Amino acid sequence: MAKHDKSGLGKSASGFKSPTSLWIGGALTSIFVVAALVSFLWTPYSVEALNIGAKLQAPSGTHLFGTDHFGRDIFSMIMVGARVSIAVAIVAVGIGILVGVPLGLLAASRQNSFIDDLVMRSNDLVFAFPSLLIAILITAIFGTSALNAIIAIGIFNIPVFARVTRGSALPIWTLDFILAARVAGKSGLRISLEHILPNILNILIVQGTIQFSLGILAEAGLSYVGLGAQPPTPSWGRMLADSQTMISFAPHLAIFPGVAIIATVLGLNLMGDGLRDLLDPKLRRVR
Amino acid sequence: MVRYIVTRFCVLSVSLLVASGIIFTMLEVVPGDPASFMLGINAEADTLAAMRRELGLDQPMLQRYLSWLGGMLTGDFGISYTYRVPVSELVMARIWISLPLAIFALILSTLIAVPAGLIAASRRGRVSDWTVMGTTQLGIAIPNFWFAMILVSIFAIKLRWFSAGGFPGWDQGFWICMQALLLPAIALALPQASILARVMRSSLLETLSQDYIRTARAKGLSQRRTVWAHAFRNALIPVLTIIGLQFSFLIAGAIIIENVFFLPGLGRLIFQGITQRDLIVVESVVMLLVFAVICVNFLVDIAYALVDPRLRRP
Repeated sequence: MAKHDKSGLGKSASGFKSPTSLWIGGALTSIFVVAALVSFLWTPYSVEALNIGAKLQAPSGTHLFGTDHFGRDIFSMIMVGARVSIAVAIVAVGIGILVGVPLGLLAASRQNSFIDDLVMRSNDLVFAFPSLLIAILITAIFGTSALNAIIAIGIFNIPVFARVTRGSALPIWTLDFILAARVAGKSGLRISLEHILPNILNILIVQGTIQFSLGILAEAGLSYVGLGAQPPTPSWGRMLADSQTMISFAPHLAIFPGVAIIATVLGLNLMGDGLRDLLDPKLRRVR
Repeated sequence: MVRYIVTRFCVLSVSLLVASGIIFTMLEVVPGDPASFMLGINAEADTLAAMRRELGLDQPMLQRYLSWLGGMLTGDFGISYTYRVPVSELVMARIWISLPLAIFALILSTLIAVPAGLIAASRRGRVSDWTVMGTTQLGIAIPNFWFAMILVSIFAIKLRWFSAGGFPGWDQGFWICMQALLLPAIALALPQASILARVMRSSLLETLSQDYIRTARAKGLSQRRTVWAHAFRNALIPVLTIIGLQFSFLIAGAIIIENVFFLPGLGRLIFQGITQRDLIVVESVVMLLVFAVICVNFLVDIAYALVDPRLRRP
């Protein structure tokens, strides 16, 4: 770690100073979280009611982002789409954390044991699979639904969290206060939960943010090829797939969902960078 | 070194074995019988039974797994349920689109990323650094299939410089084919180039903070000369690893991008296999891609050990 810090790598990895990127990222992310939450209560128009008379309208005062080929309001669809994207990403990251973090803690508490080897080698194996390929396979086999997309994306978050947890827990195991805890007779499990976990929480939060943004991208990709949320539930990827044949005369159909995906992912990434700078005291000292 | 290679090779073999087991089992649980799918719902029971026998579906699961595995090793991937031709033929016809596409994208991404990372690192904190870092931040956030759609609408539909999709076939000439692959390759390369440029930048920054670089500067070498003669090559090592790892992302990305551009590659083949319940095609192609990825990672490990002797400990 010390070598890493000397270059101040993490400091400006985003290209922006930390408070700025945290604020911009947080703001962008909040917009979509709020849009998703509000969509449960209210959207400007219903996303399921078809209105062929108002189809393919360009953005205007009545339809802020225009309408699609069924006359549905794009702005409303993006609001509901945010709900799907965020839900998929949250659960997928949740699966990764719930399974991956305990595995990583276990591996770190018994370093170089059989368990450690087993956990890390199976991680290598999952890493070797092209994740999207297997996600496609899973959704194709078990049916195309948002739930299967979640599972497919979630499985690939497990090794990521296991690895990060193990990697950041190992150096802490060598510290004196852990030795003291061991002398006091605490079990590996208790030390992991009471001492290791709180100390690596920062790193997990940052990794969670990054995986969250990757989850949004993966969900968009899956629903673009028709393997994610099924109609009539609007999803950003599916909106893009629908827009493909109409892009020459109705470019707004492709632009707005695309920008929504980019803004959310960008927001999360910037937030992750900002959080890392803020939460990691080692990097802060360098500055 | 030999011990290292042998160990890595064992890991490689076990990985492949486990991967094949997983893929086979996953497809075993798929609802729907390929024989009844091929013959339609009105097929007689004895015709169905005959078809199942012909396809080898009446044998126990383990035996089918072993014969599938054995076949893969000898280049016999079985017969496609729907096309009624050997899967290897289908694969061979399409691999010459997917593979050049992935390689083309890999080259593009490296050609963009290495200079960009180099510029950003050697002008750290200045406008060019900020530009590169801002652009790459955006590049990571853009879904490649959306970028592909935008490229098509600008360069194929508006400007008519390229065709919007399809593939002419290599017998039509190299340049025509490269033209058809250019937009897909750019779309694939963008996110990878963004990640790679960032890795290049941090790796070079880390190298530049080493003591031997300070020594080089202290003995009067210019910054430019120091970067070129001492830092650049050492900084390339992690970059090479990432390039190897990106191969798997390129393969997965190619599956989606091929659908945007209607390129008849392996990705399209997988999708057709899925919709037509052509399981043997799906499992063979997925296995082949996993095999390719695991092998590339193995080669990267070996190359890494050749460059850096410290890693030769198994």
